[in-house]
Parts: sequence; structure tokens; C-alpha cells
Amino acid sequence: MASYETVIGLEVHCQLQTHSKAFSPDSAAFGARPNHHVDPVSLGHPGTLPVLNRRVVDFAVRLGLATHSRIAPRSVLARKHYFYPDLPKGYQISQFEDPICTGGYVDIGRRIRLTRIHIEEDAGKSLHDQDPESTLLDLNRCGVPLLEIVTEPDLRSAREASLFLQKVRQLVRYLGISDGNMEEGSLRCDANVSIRKASRAPLGVKTEIKNMNSFRHVERAIEYEVARQVCVAKAGGTTREQTMLWDPIRQETRPMRSKEQAHDYRYFPDPDLPPIVVTPEACAAIKATLPELPDARHTRYVTDLGLPAYDAGVLTDERPLADYFEAVLAALLALDGAPGVHACAKAASNLVMGDVLRALKANPSAGFPVSAQRLASLAHLRMSGAISSSGVQELFMLMMTQKGTAKEIAMRHNLLQVSDDAALIPVVAQVLAANPMQVEQYRSGKKSIIGFFIGQVMHGFEGSADPKRVRVLLSKALDSPAP
Amino acid sequence: MRWATFGSTRAALARGETTCEAVTTTFLRAIARKRHLNIYTYVDAEGALRTAREQDRQLATGEAPPLAGLVLAVKDVLCIRNWPVTCASRMLDGFNAVYDATAVARLRRQGAILIGRTNCDEFAMGSSNENSCYGPVLNPRNEIYAPGGSSGGSAAAVAAGLCHAALGTDTGGSIRQPAALCGVVGLKPTYGRVSRYGLVAFASSFDCIGPLTNSVEDAALILAAMAGVDERDATSAPVPVAPEPVGLTDAARCAGAALRVGVPKEFFGEGLDSTIRCSIEAILHRLRAAGAVVKDVAMPHTRYGIATYYILATAEASSNLGRYDGLRYGYRPAPDGRKRIDLHALYAQARSEGFGKEVKRRIMLGTYVLSSGYYDAYYAKAQRVRALIREDFDKAFQEVDALVTPVTPVPGIKLGSMINSPLKMYLSDIYTVTANLAGVPGLVIPIGAHASGLPIGLQLLGRPFDETHLFRLGELMMQLAKD
Repeated sequence: MASYETVIGLEVHCQLQTHSKAFSPDSAAFGARPNHHVDPVSLGHPGTLPVLNRRVVDFAVRLGLATHSRIAPRSVLARKHYFYPDLPKGYQISQFEDPICTGGYVDIGRRIRLTRIHIEEDAGKSLHDQDPESTLLDLNRCGVPLLEIVTEPDLRSAREASLFLQKVRQLVRYLGISDGNMEEGSLRCDANVSIRKASRAPLGVKTEIKNMNSFRHVERAIEYEVARQVCVAKAGGTTREQTMLWDPIRQETRPMRSKEQAHDYRYFPDPDLPPIVVTPEACAAIKATLPELPDARHTRYVTDLGLPAYDAGVLTDERPLADYFEAVLAALLALDGAPGVHACAKAASNLVMGDVLRALKANPSAGFPVSAQRLASLAHLRMSGAISSSGVQELFMLMMTQKGTAKEIAMRHNLLQVSDDAALIPVVAQVLAANPMQVEQYRSGKKSIIGFFIGQVMHGFEGSADPKRVRVLLSKALDSPAP
Repeated sequence: MRWATFGSTRAALARGETTCEAVTTTFLRAIARKRHLNIYTYVDAEGALRTAREQDRQLATGEAPPLAGLVLAVKDVLCIRNWPVTCASRMLDGFNAVYDATAVARLRRQGAILIGRTNCDEFAMGSSNENSCYGPVLNPRNEIYAPGGSSGGSAAAVAAGLCHAALGTDTGGSIRQPAALCGVVGLKPTYGRVSRYGLVAFASSFDCIGPLTNSVEDAALILAAMAGVDERDATSAPVPVAPEPVGLTDAARCAGAALRVGVPKEFFGEGLDSTIRCSIEAILHRLRAAGAVVKDVAMPHTRYGIATYYILATAEASSNLGRYDGLRYGYRPAPDGRKRIDLHALYAQARSEGFGKEVKRRIMLGTYVLSSGYYDAYYAKAQRVRALIREDFDKAFQEVDALVTPVTPVPGIKLGSMINSPLKMYLSDIYTVTANLAGVPGLVIPIGAHASGLPIGLQLLGRPFDETHLFRLGELMMQLAKD
């Protein structure tokens, strides 16, 4: 396959988390009983009219600004016509000639250009597999707002397509405009795929793949389709321009019936809806409310907090986690005797990436019970050496179910270790005095015997001394010239 | 008919000379007597009498709403909660509206007694009221003639004394032309003046709801009650509504001297009936004598009006009527015994059988002009001509305050005479369509009669949102016509 280059463009549909629908006061919430969010407007009853939900415009502008797009001061809603039972009006309100955003980009290591982002409404759902005799309709989704993000044919592999989608998902979640859930259909994607011999050659004939509802399926489907096109090309054939459906069970793409493909959508500006106007002032006001986006946050974590790129990546992946991490760090820095920012950041990062993420994964739905303030107290305890690394894990688990600061719980469960020099030095001196032979061996070069001394000191504290500190004190005493 | 106008009824109610119930009963009896005119498609005698009795109680305690006693008929294209709405089409067979149109709701709150629905052309498409699944309406002035259309039932109901007033809709002249042919007052308000919510759409950027009445004062009262911005119609205008025009007659008399009236020569060309021309000229002569300035104005793009209108209105209609597919409500063809129904065949059958000839003709015309490859040549070009026609009006209104024109080129439409010549029918809209293309208000008043008994109407066109001026002028000219 090395002799062919893959060219992919994506059309991503992202369902917006507005309370009401794009053009009616109906609830846009997911998961209601079928056909319960269906006011006369959603049903397209005679005489009903759409009225644009301004929040949809705000959300579109948010995504537009976050992807460096040009925001149109005036954009037009258009009708896209086709007949289907889950489309009650016989047309979908969308944007055609004048979309709200154009010319943005998303970085995934390489820059992927966006052709446009536009507003549209969702159709209802046709359920073909619930009843042996009939197709059932659920019209709850009719009129739920969507943004469609269209890329230039800039993606070069199935992996890149998946990375791009993940980046879009991260972005819309950061912006708080969508939950980006592919399985529930709030993030959907169609891929236009073609191959060509050389990277400068004109674009080949593309096929459009539909019905991919996870990142994994996107990757698999595109890989399959590319392989299929290469096969066709190698056999001397040409790819037909057609729409393919991904079959996740048989793991293959296959052509849709041609009857479902030939569409003349007869777009024209919707006479019920005045143009969408976004003034420069409105745009600036929305810009002011944008959160720090993942790329900017990542950079700051590495340069300002001194975190490894890996840590920065994990922490910034989801906005709530990054927000939590920063709250822990702020709380930690406010505590007495906290070391520098870099050390605190790393300590907080270790806890968040380790114990916190593990706990969240084990029980993703439950509310997380350890406040940032309390986690900071744990980090602080750990940095002071008052608790061992294995003690940290145990203490963290206890904090999940018990009230109090890390120190209070550690004291209650006897988890504190002695790291106070005043307590440790007399015992170190005692051990050395009691074992002159071993001291001699150490001093004559057998450094490994320090383990023996550490064991003796730890024994003196019944295991609850800080081994690191003990080692430091022992080395200091042994390496100093004999009295 | 003693209480032909609401104005006179209201005065009689105030003097205690009659009751709402008595007035309503009188109309109900008249409706029963004139059943052969085929005017009403539905009469809610019980509901009307219940409202009337309630209002009589309120009148006794001084709590009656301002329009108490107004017996109102409604064109069968406006939604009234729990009433059938059929648009005179088989397609909406068995469909009941689940909500009140905004205009209806406002009038109801103000005290209107809804007595029934009136016959019309199917989906308001026609100029003779012969395209109706209920059959044609007879013109009460001369029963071998059509009442005009599409609000033929509404005009005939007012002319025959079967209600005080009726609501009609005007997309290309559908209030004004039947008003002229039945000899009543008809107002097409400025586009956006009255919410379209609940008006079953024909052509969304043209459709207007307006009153048909026996006096200018009644038209003004009804407009004031239903006008104003509506959050359910994004095209409704936030322009304040003029208060109820008290003392219309006196004000109109005084206004005569300050009037500047334009006569567009393009509206008086070849094809205009000579009696109509003479009647209008006679009135203009009297108007001049009353002190008004009457001058010629140019409306050079008028001749493109019909072509432009029939491209844009059919385009919008083809889109608006896409929702009637036989699946969710209304007409559903009888199954032909096959077990599995092909979806597209079902659509085709439902729409072929459910729609009448004229509606299908317009859907096909509209579908054609929006088709890819033809859009620019037809739809886009027609939009540009529409802008030019609007400019004609803007320019004319810099010189004059209103335009005086005929309403229809022909004195009347004999029943059955135009059914097979749709083009001739379309051309008869020549004097009315430009007001819809420009969105300006138009008032039609009766000014005389032909020897056949058929009335002669006159059209006044005014500046956007200046209906008040039209009312004053209309009142004045009706007086002049009587003198």
C-alpha cells in the first residue's frame, strides 16, 4: 500500500447541549421516552414556524473562535429538502451558501484545515430493528441542534482521522457545547475517502463512508475502505463515486442502495428565518467567556509548571480533570512549608494521574468524594515524608470513604511515618554504636551493608520511620570521619 | 341585516338594544338559510353561543373584553385548537389543530366569537375558490359568479351577512380580489404586521392574515387586535401597532386636504374593464375636488410581477407542502393489499390522491425552479426582480402617500369559466401580486357596482406599517363613492 497516498476529509456532526431545540421550545435532552419531546413545531404541524434558539448561535461562535474560524457577520439558514419518515417537515433547516464559520483549523500535530462549520437541526430516529413488521419512529430528536464541521481533504490516514475526531471531541467538551459522546450519537462522522499515486497528484474518486459510531469504527472503516480502493486500483479498475455503509458486525464497507443516493436537495434560504447576525461586539463578548483551551493549557503545564509532556497530556485531556488538578495545586501551594511550584506540580500530578484517575476509572459514574483541598493535604503529607509511598495509596483509599484531612485520617489509622530528625538521630546513633563491626566493614568499602543499618533503625520504629530519611542520616553519620 | 358591521352592533350592545346571544343566533340562522352558497366548511354553533352567553354576562358586569359581540368566521387555513383545519384539501382529511393560531388567539382574548371556518381554494391556491375539495362558493351578489379567491368563503360570508367579519389570507391577492368581487372591505396588512404562526403556509415570504369586513372601522379594529410582534414568528415585526382609530370618519374628512395620492399608469393599461376604469376615475376626480393631490407615478417593474410571483411563491409552496406525505396525519391512501408497502410508492400515492390539480401544478412548478441547474435562472433571478419591484414602491412613496389602483382587470369570474385556463387565472392577479412582492399593505373598498349586480372594488396601497393612513383614505373614498 506504500505506493498510494490516502486522502480523507471528514464531515463531523456534533449535537449541542442546549436546553431547548434549535427552532422550538421543546426539550433537547437525550434519553426521554420515545416521542415525548414533540411539540407541534418539532412535529412540523401545519402552521408552525421555526424560531432560532440564540444559544445555538453562541455555541457555533464558540467553536468557530476555538478553531480560528472566520465568523460571518451575517449568515443564512436554508432548507434542505428530502422525503423521509423521520423528517416531518420534508426539509431540514441547515446552512448552505452562507455558513456561520469558515476557514478555521485544528492542530493534531499537523494542521487540518476546516472548510466550514454550520448550524443545522437533527432529524428524528427511524428504528428498523425493534419490530419485525414495521419501522418505528422516535421524533424526540427532531430539531435538536447540530453543528456540522467539514474539513478540507487534509487527513492522510485512518489514524489521523481518529485523532482529529478525538481532538474535536475534546474541544467541544472543553467549550461545554456538547458531550461529544459517539456511542449515544452526539458526535457523528462521515468520511470522504480516496487514494492517489503521488502526493501531488490530483485527488482520486472518493467514496463517502457513513454509520461509524466509535473512534475505533472510524479507524477500521477507513482502513477497510482504503484497502478496498487500493485493491480496485491494483486490479486496474476505478473507484465509483458512491456512499458506503460501514457494517460493524461484518467489519466491512458496502455500497448503499443507489435510490437513497440520488438527491437534489433544492436548497433555498428559509423564508421563515431572518439571517443570523453576529456583531463584532457579540463575537468579542463570547470570546471573553472562552475557557483556556487544551493546547494552551498543555503548553503552560510544560513551560510554567515544569511537568513532563506526558503528564500535561493526561491532565489536560478532560477539562474537569485539568480544573481539579489546578485546584489541588493551588491548595497545595497555599499550605505552610510547601516547596516550589515545580515540585508541588509534580506531586499533585502524581496523585491525580495515579490514585485519582484509577479511582475514577473504577467508578466513573459516582461523584468524586475527595475535594481538591483534601487531596492537597495528602500531597503535602507525602512531600513532608510523613507517609510512605505505599502508605499514600492506603491513605487515599481511606480518604475516599472517610471525612477529615489526610493527616487526621493517617493518625487515626497509624499510617504516619517518623521522618523527624530529632526522633531519628538518637536511634541512628544507637544502632551504629551497637554494631561497631558492621560500621568498620562499611567504612572499609562494603557500602551495601547500609541496608542492614536501615533495617535496624526501621525495626527500632516498628517500621514506621521514613526509610529515605533514615538512609540519608545513616550515610551522613557513616561517611563522616570516625570520631 | 340590522347589525351588518361590528361597529353598529357594539353601539347597540352598549345601548342594551341587543345581546351577543341574539346577534350570534341571527348569524347562525342566516348561515342555515344560505347553506346553498357553500360558504362555511364547519360551523360551531354551540361554541359560538356559549361564548356569546358568557359575554352577555360579562357585559352586564362591565367585564366584557373590547371586541365582545364580534362574530368572526375564519378561513379554513388558520389553526383553531380542537377544530379541524383542512385548507379545503383532501390531504388534511381528519386533521384537527392542536393549537390556536396567534391571530386567532389574540382575537379570541379580545372577545371575538368564532362561529365557523370558511371555504377557500385548496391551500389558498387559486383566484376563484373553485379549487376546493368542498366545491365552489357562490357569489352572494350574483350566484352564477365565483366569489373570487382564495379567501372566497370569507368574502362571501361577510357579503352575505353570515358574520360581522372574517379572517382571510393574502399571498398574491387572496383577500383583496374576493373582497372586490363580493363588495366588502378587505385588508392585506404589511408583511410581518400579523404573526403567521398557525397559518398553514403557502408561500412564507408572502402570506399575510387580514380581515374582511363591512366597514373600514371594523377592519381597523380587527387589525389592531391581532397585530404585533410574536415570539413564535421570527418574521413578525417589532413595529408598534397604531391604537384603535377612534373617530375614523372625522379624521378622514380632515385628512383629505393633506393627501397626496399616486396613480400608477401600469395598473390602468390594456385589459382593464372599462366600467372599473371609469368608476375609479370618477372617484379620483372627487378626491381631487376634496383637495387631495392626485398624480401619476411610474411603477416600471409591475409587468414582471406575475412571473416573479409565480416563480417565488411556487418555490416556497413546493417546500412548505413537502410535509404532507400521508405518513403522520391527514390523508392516507387505502392499502392496496400488498403486505410490504414501498415508502416512495406510498408518498407518491398519498400526494397524487390527496392534493388537487392546481396544488400539484404549483408544487411541480416550484420544484422545477429550485432544482439544481435551474435555481439561478429562476429563483435567484426572481429574487432580484423582487428587489426592483420593492424599489418601485419605495420611489413612489417618496412622492405620494398612497397609490390608487384597480383590484382585478375583470368585472367578475363566472363559475367554471377559468377552470381550464390556469394561465388566464394567474394573469388576473396582476394588480394584487406586487403588494405581496414588496410586502406593502393594501386595502380594498367597494366603490360601486356593475349592471350585473357585481360590485366594483378599488385598491389602496400604502407605505409599510402605515395601515392607519390607508384606513383614513379608505374611509374618505367610501364616503366620496356614496356622495
